[in-house]
Amino acid sequence: MYGRRQDDTVTISAVSLDTAGTLNLSRTKVVASSGYHELTSQLPALHCFERELAEQTGLHITDHPWLKPLRYEGRDQSAMTSHPFYKIDGKEIHEVAVGPIHAGVIEPGSFRFSCFGEQVHHLEIQLGYQHRGVERRLLEREPRSLGPLVETIAGDTSIGHTWAYCAAIENLADCELGLDVDVGRALALELERVAMHLAGLAGLCADIGLLQGATTYGRLRTTAINTTLRLCGSRFGRGALRPGGVQMRLSPELAREVAANVALLQRDLEPIDELFLSARTVQHRLRGVGTLTMTQAAELGIVGLAARASGVPIDIRGVTRTGAYRLLRIHPVVRVDGDCWSRARVRIDELGASLAWVGAVLERYADWQQPLCAVGVLAPNQLAIAVVEGVRGEVVHCLETGAHGELSHYKVQDPSFRNWMGLALAMRGNEISDFPICNKSFDLSYVGHDL
Amino acid sequence: MSSFKSLRVRVSQGTQYITDLRKAVPTSFRGRPSISRDACETDCRACQEACPTGAIRLAPVAIDLGRCVFCNACTQVCPAKKFEFTPDPRMGTSERESLVVEEGAAEATQVRAHATFARLFGRSLKMRQVSAGGCNACELELGALTNVNFDVQRFGIEWVASPRHADALVLTGPLTRTMKDAVRLAWDAMPEPRFLVAVGACAISGGLYAGAAAVERGFLETVGPALYVPGCPPHPLTFINAMLDLLGAK
Repeated sequence: MYGRRQDDTVTISAVSLDTAGTLNLSRTKVVASSGYHELTSQLPALHCFERELAEQTGLHITDHPWLKPLRYEGRDQSAMTSHPFYKIDGKEIHEVAVGPIHAGVIEPGSFRFSCFGEQVHHLEIQLGYQHRGVERRLLEREPRSLGPLVETIAGDTSIGHTWAYCAAIENLADCELGLDVDVGRALALELERVAMHLAGLAGLCADIGLLQGATTYGRLRTTAINTTLRLCGSRFGRGALRPGGVQMRLSPELAREVAANVALLQRDLEPIDELFLSARTVQHRLRGVGTLTMTQAAELGIVGLAARASGVPIDIRGVTRTGAYRLLRIHPVVRVDGDCWSRARVRIDELGASLAWVGAVLERYADWQQPLCAVGVLAPNQLAIAVVEGVRGEVVHCLETGAHGELSHYKVQDPSFRNWMGLALAMRGNEISDFPICNKSFDLSYVGHDL
Repeated sequence: MSSFKSLRVRVSQGTQYITDLRKAVPTSFRGRPSISRDACETDCRACQEACPTGAIRLAPVAIDLGRCVFCNACTQVCPAKKFEFTPDPRMGTSERESLVVEEGAAEATQVRAHATFARLFGRSLKMRQVSAGGCNACELELGALTNVNFDVQRFGIEWVASPRHADALVLTGPLTRTMKDAVRLAWDAMPEPRFLVAVGACAISGGLYAGAAAVERGFLETVGPALYVPGCPPHPLTFINAMLDLLGAK
């Protein structure tokens, strides 16, 4: 859901995807100053959208339970103090403040815990520190040359975001591409998923003190990103996808090298997965910790890996009707427990599924090297919506063109935008010392949320 | 049982560290560009127009590595085929101006070794990372410095959790307005002697976000980096080689 303001009117667009895989769009106009009555109480999944809507358009939303800015767009850090954290009264309640700078080599964000002893009653996650103004910047440049910028929306989901961008632009320019382009993009996306799932597992192992897991998953990630490097010259898939096609080297020799790397990953994952899954210490630390129930996940509109680990079977790769994932199916991995263990298990199983998929597709396709197709001018007064199942969940890009084919609106939604509240709820009733594990098990993007 | 499984992992792990980080070259990496002296076509500005960060200057043609995001657009549009991105990761410099690579330049950009840095930090360097709008690519590559492949701890270089324990502040991202106070606080919390390292096009020049309304780079005007590590994101080898050069290590 997103809004655009013109004078005193805000046009609100809501995009939804039903279980049959059909995208629906609803649109309405509201007077900004009078606004409308909040919907979050009835539909908790809208909580972040309504906060964003109020912040980005100045729309008046009455009775919203927590209408605090999400990103403090256009303001200095000092503005954050004017919106205090949620406070619980009580003599025995104490607060723990963490951030914005954390103790590791990671992105900034603030966490405020209201605790009773060691137990967390409530966690408020305050982000916005990473806000660079991406959506505004996307409208300042030539729409067909946004590749490098889109790749930095969330640097660990470069392929996911760039695929969504390319698909939307190609749609607006009425540019039809062959199946092999789609397969090439999916190959890059699955390698990105493998790399980030390995990074997530390595981090989780480090947090529970399973050092062999941390080092082994970590070095296997090196193999995964170096495979992407061989294909496109960047370990993060920079430059791999552009409107009109893919820019990857994939000669028959290189395809064999990629296949060999996939085989190495499959071979070396087996012993470390076995150690991880059978170690009692691992189960003791992860089982029953940070549980997000299926009801909570469904109500909050949690997406991607976190949703699937709570028993909600949503995976965009399973609903597409054409393209690479039709050629070769990749079935969603679903587990019902919703705890840290469940999210780790989904990662492990998805790694296996992605590697098997890449291996199988390499056997069918040997040569992707093709020049880019020319992408013509964008059609005027159109809306294109692209949805890609990125590493953490669905990446959504909505592009609208104006009367002359110029971009009039570019809405980006990273899966982390939907999922941060899931982490906040999963922490309730847990010990505060388990926060690092819970956080790592979700492994969300700060910058993808902050844009 | 568990120790047997652990042994199996150990065997599969083998030896992963890169023995010579000074000479290692990542195959296929889009690293230090080289620009040939071949004549440009008359009135051609294709590379300049294609560059998303305004990193290219004409007559003579030069790329500012502090702005370059290594997207390869210049290579693709140049009719005279003047540009080539080599896999050489060694691109760090100690002066901002030396990040500019001119056409015909044969040797790599250079970091000036500094006797003071060598004396103070040559055997032990503690670093604190702060991201201020970084997209998590620079952060992941910096995190990779301490993995088993790059193992930068072998040089006595380590990440620390608190700025109070740090000798170097390693900054990524274009510096968002919403991180303005936090960056300053982290720097002020560091004891002297201390120095600043700017990592990635965003931190060095603002990169793709130069001039964006949500970016405020005042901090860098008051505190100048002692080391620039270009890239988008920089390869761990770019960082390691630049840092070892600065510390005067062999």
